[in-house]
Amino acid sequence: MSFFKVANLGINFGGVVAVDKVSFEVRRGEVYTIIGPNGAGKTTIFNLIGLIYPATSGQIFLEDKPLTGSVPHRIAQLGIARTFQNIELFEHATVLQNLLIGRHRHRAASLWQELLFTPAVRRAELAAREAVEQVIDFLDLAKYRDSLVAGLPYGVRKVVELGRALATEPRLLLLDEPSSGLNPEETDDMAFWIEDIRRHLGVTVLMVEHDMNLVSRVSDRVLALNLGTVIAEGTPAEVQAHPAVIEAYLGKAA
Amino acid sequence: MSQVLQLLLAGVAQGCVYALVALGFVLIYKATETVNFAQGDLMMLGGFFALTSSVILGWPYWATIVFAVAAMAAVGMLIERLVLRPVLGQPAFTVVMITIGVGYVLRGVVTMIPGWGTDTYTLPTPFSEGVFQIGEVIFAVQQVAVIGMTAALCAVLYLFFRFSKLGVAMQATSQNQLAAAYMGIPVRRVNMMIWGLSAGVAAFAGILLAPATFVHSNMGFIGLKAFPAAVVGGFGSVPGAIVGGLIIGLVEAFAGRYMPEGFKDVAAYVVVLVVLLLRPSGIFGETAQKKV
Repeated sequence: MSFFKVANLGINFGGVVAVDKVSFEVRRGEVYTIIGPNGAGKTTIFNLIGLIYPATSGQIFLEDKPLTGSVPHRIAQLGIARTFQNIELFEHATVLQNLLIGRHRHRAASLWQELLFTPAVRRAELAAREAVEQVIDFLDLAKYRDSLVAGLPYGVRKVVELGRALATEPRLLLLDEPSSGLNPEETDDMAFWIEDIRRHLGVTVLMVEHDMNLVSRVSDRVLALNLGTVIAEGTPAEVQAHPAVIEAYLGKAA
Repeated sequence: MSQVLQLLLAGVAQGCVYALVALGFVLIYKATETVNFAQGDLMMLGGFFALTSSVILGWPYWATIVFAVAAMAAVGMLIERLVLRPVLGQPAFTVVMITIGVGYVLRGVVTMIPGWGTDTYTLPTPFSEGVFQIGEVIFAVQQVAVIGMTAALCAVLYLFFRFSKLGVAMQATSQNQLAAAYMGIPVRRVNMMIWGLSAGVAAFAGILLAPATFVHSNMGFIGLKAFPAAVVGGFGSVPGAIVGGLIIGLVEAFAGRYMPEGFKDVAAYVVVLVVLLLRPSGIFGETAQKKV
C-alpha cells in the first residue's frame, strides 16, 4: 500500500497546460520536496491536492483511496493539512483561537450536547486545549498566545500557520514555501521544526520550497518540475546535479 | 429629567429592532461580503409567519416565536441555496441586484397569499398595553419586553458564537473562507446556515416590531433605517450593529421631541453622514488592510 500517490495529474487553464502528467509517490514518514523555477506548477499541484482546482486529468490517492471528486473540507477531515505561501490566517482572532480552530475536525459533540455542556463536551474541550498547548510549546509560541494575529510580525505569523496545521493532527502536512519571507535565523528555526515534525510527531511532509539549503537539509527526496512536467527525481544531491535541473534554472550553455 | 429618561426608553426599544435587522445585514455581509437588501423583507415575512401561527392557528406567543424563527431560518437557507449559490463568484453588483429582486418577490408573494394580502394586521402579544411607573418615568410593558427579549437574544447569540462548533465555524468562515475549508469546515453549508440564522434573527425582529407598526407587506422598509445602523456601527461588526441600532433609535426619539417636524425621518441619515466624516470605517469598523 502506498501512503500518498499522485498519478498522471494534469490541469489546463484555457489553452495553458499548467501541470502535465505529473506522477510521484510520497512514502510514510519522509520529507518530500517539490522544487522548480517560478511558474513550474508547484503551488498548482498543492491546489489540486487540496481540490481547490478540479484536475483535468489524473488521480490523487491517500492510502490507496482516491481524493479526486471529493470536496475541499473533506481533505482536512482525512488528515491532510496545509500552509500557504502568502499566509491564510484568521486575522482578527488570537493565536490561541487560530490553533483551536485547527481542532475543528476533532470536535464531535452535537449542538444539543454543547448546549447542555455535558461532561463529554467538557472533556473534549480540555483535550483540545491540551493538544493546542502542546503545539504552542513545540513551536515556542507561548508569548504570543493571546496576541491578535493581525498585529504579529511576518515570521511569527508563518509559525502560527504551521502551528494551526499541526493542531489538526495531520497525517500528511503540505508546506507551501515555508521559508519565503523569513530571515536566515527564522529559516534555520523552520528547518529545525520540519525535522522535528517528521522525527517526533511522525508526520509525513510534502513541501514546495526554493531555498536549496533548507531543501538539502530536511528532504529525503526531491522532485524537480519545469513548465508543469517532471524533469528529475531523487535525493537532493542527485537532483541538484541533474543536467535538466541546471538547465531549467540557469538556461542551456551556449 | 423624567422626559429625557422617557425618551431614552422609547429610543432604546425602537433601536433594538433596528439593531436586530442590522445584525442580519452584518452576519451575511461578514460571511459572504454580500449586502442583503432583502433583509427588511425577510423581517416582514417573519411577521406574517408569526401572524399565521398566532391569529390563524391560535398558538401561544412562545410557540409563535419558535415557529416564525424556524420557518424563516428555512426560508433563508433556501434563498441562499436556490438563488445566491448559483451566482457565486459573479460580481458584487449582480448579487446586490438579486437580493433587491428577492425583496420585491417576497413583498409580491405576501400580497398574493390568502389570509395575508395587503391589509394591516395586529399581532397579539401577552404584554398588555399596560404601563407601570418608577419615580416619574412611565414604563410601557411593551417597550420593556422588547428590550428584554433583544438582550436575551444577544446573549444566546454570544454564547452560540463563542462556544458552539457551528458558531466558531461561522466566525472562521467569515474571516477566511480558504483557511476555513482547510480546517475541515464545509464553507458553503456554513454560509447557507448563516443565511438561515440571519433570516431567523429578522423574524424575531419582525415579531418585536409588530406591536409598534402592525404587520403589513411594506413593514420591511424599516430596513432602510437598519441599514444606517449597520453603517454607523461599522458594517462588518456584530457588536457595532447592536450599538448602531441603539444610536439610531435614540437619535430618532430625541429628534422627534426636540427638533422641527419631519427631522425625525432624516435623523438616521444625518448620523450616518457625521459618523462617516469622523470615522469612515464606522464606530467598530476595522481599518486593517490586507497586505498584497
